[in-house]
Amino acid sequence: MSAPGTLPFCLRLLRRQLVLAFRRPIEIGNPLLFFAMVVALFPLGLGPAPEQLSGFAPGILWIIALLSNLLTSDAVFRSDFEDGSLEQLLLSPQPLFLSVLAYIAAHWLVTGVLLALVSPVFALMLNLPVQAVGVLVASLLLGSAVLSLVGCIGAALTVGLKRGGMLISLLILPFYMPVLIFGSAAVQGAVTGVPAGPYLAILGAMLCLAIALAPLAIAAGLRISVDA
Amino acid sequence: MWTFFHKLGSPPWLYSISGTILRWLLPITLVALAAGIVWGLLFTAPDFRQGNSYRIIYIHVPAAVVALAGYYVMAIAGAISLIWKMKMADVAMKACAPIGAALTFIALVTGSIWGKPTWGTWWVWDARITSMLILLFLYLGVVALYEAYDNKEAAGKACAVLSLVGMVNIPIIYKSVDWWYSLHQPASIKFTGESSIDPSMLYPLLLMISAFYALFTCCLLMNMRAELLEREARTNWVQRLAKQEGRS
Amino acid sequence: MPDTPTAHRPLLSASGLSLERGGRELFSALSFEVLPGHLLQIEGANGAGKTSLIRILAGLSRYGFTGSVTRHAPLLYLGHQAGVKALLTPRENLAWHVGGEGDYDDERIRDALARVGLYGYENVPSHALSAGQHRRVNLARLYLSESPLWLLDEPFTAIDRSGVLDLENLLVEHVERGGAVVMTSHQALQVTYEVRFLSLLEGLRL
Repeated sequence: MSAPGTLPFCLRLLRRQLVLAFRRPIEIGNPLLFFAMVVALFPLGLGPAPEQLSGFAPGILWIIALLSNLLTSDAVFRSDFEDGSLEQLLLSPQPLFLSVLAYIAAHWLVTGVLLALVSPVFALMLNLPVQAVGVLVASLLLGSAVLSLVGCIGAALTVGLKRGGMLISLLILPFYMPVLIFGSAAVQGAVTGVPAGPYLAILGAMLCLAIALAPLAIAAGLRISVDA
Repeated sequence: MWTFFHKLGSPPWLYSISGTILRWLLPITLVALAAGIVWGLLFTAPDFRQGNSYRIIYIHVPAAVVALAGYYVMAIAGAISLIWKMKMADVAMKACAPIGAALTFIALVTGSIWGKPTWGTWWVWDARITSMLILLFLYLGVVALYEAYDNKEAAGKACAVLSLVGMVNIPIIYKSVDWWYSLHQPASIKFTGESSIDPSMLYPLLLMISAFYALFTCCLLMNMRAELLEREARTNWVQRLAKQEGRS
Repeated sequence: MPDTPTAHRPLLSASGLSLERGGRELFSALSFEVLPGHLLQIEGANGAGKTSLIRILAGLSRYGFTGSVTRHAPLLYLGHQAGVKALLTPRENLAWHVGGEGDYDDERIRDALARVGLYGYENVPSHALSAGQHRRVNLARLYLSESPLWLLDEPFTAIDRSGVLDLENLLVEHVERGGAVVMTSHQALQVTYEVRFLSLLEGLRL
């Protein structure tokens, strides 16, 4: 048998997912566009006063990042479920735990990382003090990886359902809350001059826990969804 | 031990044993609830700061305690159903969710009623209330997921996974929210060590907590029996039962 | 086929399989073994449970039935859906397949695609292909496969007459090499090889 080893197989999956994403660039652009538009909503709703906006900026930026992550995570397994690829993935000889990590890594790279990299632009639009921008990017990088992992649990559990979109938010948002608390607290801390290291460390700890446990739940969820 | 486990997996046995348990437990629960309410509301001294309004803790605290415990009961039932493929655990898990959601809702409403005279507002984003609100969302998520699946067996498995994820997350959520709102009352009931609550208030509270646990068990068993009858409607033992009921 | 002990070791064994759907028993106490060289066709009308059975055998259905299935060899399962990504070319679809079966170089993939009549389509985006061609891309996996056990659910759907002939020859070639095939189909196989039939109601017969 020439079945590829686990690592080459996961890298192959990662490459496949990234190629699929880049062949439809608008799908990558949509979350960024969403981010920009919701940023524009806040001055309209809260008033354009710069001091007020800069006070809310850490929370606003984190909430939008969370929502755009939520909206995209629904699609991670959906097309594979619909065309039958998911069945084949479940039957592959390589451990499902690691294959789903490849899917999540691809999702994180095209949403979380990209969002974190462009977030300084939106931070400046909301008058976030410049000294907090670095922490914002770092916290988004770490936090969005947790969000992708947790979001994929919801995606795996709802992929077989016709109307998964709304349901996934109900299931997953409570689990997003700790990430939101520490992510926005890190940025808030950087604004007021508190060292952000401890907050980032907590986000890192959440990431470790999520990497260890979320793929178990995702694998179980996918098996249930394919079975139903 | 194994025969007990085996019996637990048999619907007719579970149905009849739960009937026997309920016949005893239900009256005891009602008496305990009535006694706890009368004791708490009429025979305890008013609090020197909060006056009589504090008495709502005799509903609020038990509901909150049992709501949280209920989530763990649900998650453990879910784990059993996933690991040992026991269908009765599925039934128990499914029966837990609405009861837990109702208890959480009661805790939230009584908390808010208590908040009005204490803080002067119906709702404050205090750590405990926020945590309870998130717990309500977690329960409703399980209910919504169960209802979304057409295949009820798959629904049970999916909810089991979700409630296990919830079980891992609840301590994290609670700690985060606690940290987020570090201005909160310290936990005032401890079963070991010194207690800051007066014994004359504590004993009726403990009675109410036990009564709520019993109430939870009763509701759970009744809910499970209804679910069992529905799932097993086509089997012989349910048909026989229906005939007996029709005759008497 | 050489008469070695391995030739008699089952690739798949099922014992006491029973399935009930909506209060109706689809099959009960179904026990059989699939040995190397077996070409097994599952028979039954629409809704008889053929697809359910093959999904149980593949391990995709894990609850809702009683009995046990043991798989002793790597398997290849082809279901109703082609599993072909429209955004990838046929070559990429096979090279990066999520089934994780093998590492194929471009030459082998080109050969396999040529055998299913898709020569020259290797690098055309799959959304430009028809549904039948998607099925053929999926069938090309059979030419690449090194798994001894094939589980095929209606492999002839949307395949034209000459494609069906090629596929029948391939199946015979595979079982003669010591593999085994379990398949569902509504049409009788036109092959000069001993086909075993598995009736969901009566069990195994020749």
